[in-house]
Amino acid sequence: MGMDRRQFLKVMGLSTALGLGGKAAWDFFAPGQAEAALKEAPLTEGKKWGMVVDMSKMTDQVLDECIAACHREHNVPDLGNSKEEVKWIWKETYEHTFPEQEHEYSVEKYRHKNFLLICNHCTNPPCCRVCPTKATWKREDGIVMMDQHRCIGCRFCMAACPFGARSFNWGDPRKAPKELNPDFPTNPQYPTRSKGVVEKCTFCAERLAKGKLPACVEAANRMGPNILTFGDLDDPESEVRKLLRSHYTIRRKPELGTGPNVYYIV
Amino acid sequence: MLDKAIKGSQAYWGWLIALVVLMGIGFACYLYQWFEGLRITGMSRDVSWGFYIGQLTYFVGVAASGVMVVLPYYLHDYKAFGRITIMGEFLAVAAIVMCGLFVMVDLGYLPRMLNIMLYPNPKSILFWDMIVLNVYMLLNIIIGWNVLSAERKGVPYQKWIKVLIYISIPWAFSIHTVTAFLYAGLPGRHYWLTAIMAARFLSSAFCSGPALLILLCLIVKKFTKFDPGKEQIRTLGGIVAYAMIINVFFFFLELFTAFYSQIPGHMHPIQYLFVGLEGHNRLAPWMWTAAFFALVALILLIVPATRRRPDVLAVACVAVIISTWIDKGFGLVPGGFIPNPFERVTEYWPTVPEIFISVGIWATGFFILTVLYKVAVSVKEEVAA
Repeated sequence: MGMDRRQFLKVMGLSTALGLGGKAAWDFFAPGQAEAALKEAPLTEGKKWGMVVDMSKMTDQVLDECIAACHREHNVPDLGNSKEEVKWIWKETYEHTFPEQEHEYSVEKYRHKNFLLICNHCTNPPCCRVCPTKATWKREDGIVMMDQHRCIGCRFCMAACPFGARSFNWGDPRKAPKELNPDFPTNPQYPTRSKGVVEKCTFCAERLAKGKLPACVEAANRMGPNILTFGDLDDPESEVRKLLRSHYTIRRKPELGTGPNVYYIV
Repeated sequence: MLDKAIKGSQAYWGWLIALVVLMGIGFACYLYQWFEGLRITGMSRDVSWGFYIGQLTYFVGVAASGVMVVLPYYLHDYKAFGRITIMGEFLAVAAIVMCGLFVMVDLGYLPRMLNIMLYPNPKSILFWDMIVLNVYMLLNIIIGWNVLSAERKGVPYQKWIKVLIYISIPWAFSIHTVTAFLYAGLPGRHYWLTAIMAARFLSSAFCSGPALLILLCLIVKKFTKFDPGKEQIRTLGGIVAYAMIINVFFFFLELFTAFYSQIPGHMHPIQYLFVGLEGHNRLAPWMWTAAFFALVALILLIVPATRRRPDVLAVACVAVIISTWIDKGFGLVPGGFIPNPFERVTEYWPTVPEIFISVGIWATGFFILTVLYKVAVSVKEEVAA
């Protein structure tokens, strides 16, 4: 587009001040450009949020940064015990991320390579279907939300999620071992929760509300451009759609019909 | 009629006190879980349901099996079962109370339990499971109590009870079907994602429940003046035999689909359960034990000469209960979670407090069962006298 959002809003304001109606004025000055300018939705107004992970640019260092940023942002403690583990974002090898798609001659560059895993924010999420209290639900902008203050801890959603994206607080997260979490809670702004509830990645809904990118995307951007790209899948002109047009991508377990909205460029 | 429950022999009171002690130990362990969280169990991020949900599943089956005496009596007018329908109904009540308790101890945040009713989600099978189980419990309490009261007074029960009885028959099937749906509709859990799950559940319920009922009848016969009857036990033996054959047959259907199709995802859980996967085989000895007892049970039940001898039938019933309990109360749940969505194996084993909490719930169930049976048997003795 020819102008960025700031310029667009300036012209809109000015034209309104001059007594010309908003969009009509824009059409008068620069026909056809209003639609284009409106297409890249601001971060607070997406219709179907999704993420594209470019595995050709992904490294273990980036993965670690993303994980650390997310877990710091959301007070996810390190419990030092895989059975009690709480994780919103984590890494797993290619073979285990795509167990059905791996074959003995699969692209050697990806064998044993770690992939970035988060909640897929499925279009048709089984976790929301099974939750007896609607503690997890799908927002109109496509984010699968989790209300840790309504959850009764039945863990039906964990059984229903075929991606292992949900964690349960087997113990009290506030009692995270001090030696492993010296600065816990890492983000006093984020609501605290108790033992006995499920939690998961929410695409940083609380950051999007402020117009900020998810913490992992922000962390990845610091390491290099377009490693993680977040955007509106409903907008044909969004960055994520451009990447999906120009690259071959795969999703996890598409055959299950849940419609994952995290895409991997391979 | 409840006064019947407080007049009993020393053995009766001794048994109840023993159960109360077990309930107390279970409750103490539950308090520990209450303060520490479910981390005191053997469950994990990968195996997020365990022993508690297995017991829930098993006892829903026991509850549903009450219909195996109610249905022949009311639909086929098989008069002999009139003597023992009350025993089937009260067994169902005790079993459902256990189910409710197993769900409650499994919840991470029990004080929010009412959220199921405050913010109901009709798409959730758990919501429907709660409804069908509670209604079935109410039906059995109302029917059992009223029929027994009428029997005591020597009058026929009221007509509206008959309506409830007819409702209770399909309802019994519904409770175990809905419980099967808890499992059978989840994407990516191959061991559970099978259309035959509800049928398997019903077949295993209709052998394990009546098997337990036979044992209870034999115990009642031995310890009280009420005789549930030879013919009744013999007919129940036949029901157990057929249901067990169907149960094992259905299991072989699962094996065929998994191993003839050779789809790895479908084979893995069964491989894990019976031979182990990637060196993890903690459940294998148990599953083979279940298979062994299933075989023993089938032989003893199919041969008429052994099935018709009450003592041998009792052995067969114990074999049925061991076999179905391992399969449904123990193997079913981990089998759905192992391997996990990443094709990795995290094993599950219940911890000591987890077992004691379960024992406490079983004791609660048997406490309720004992009291209800005491009332029922006392009324029967009184009427007979």
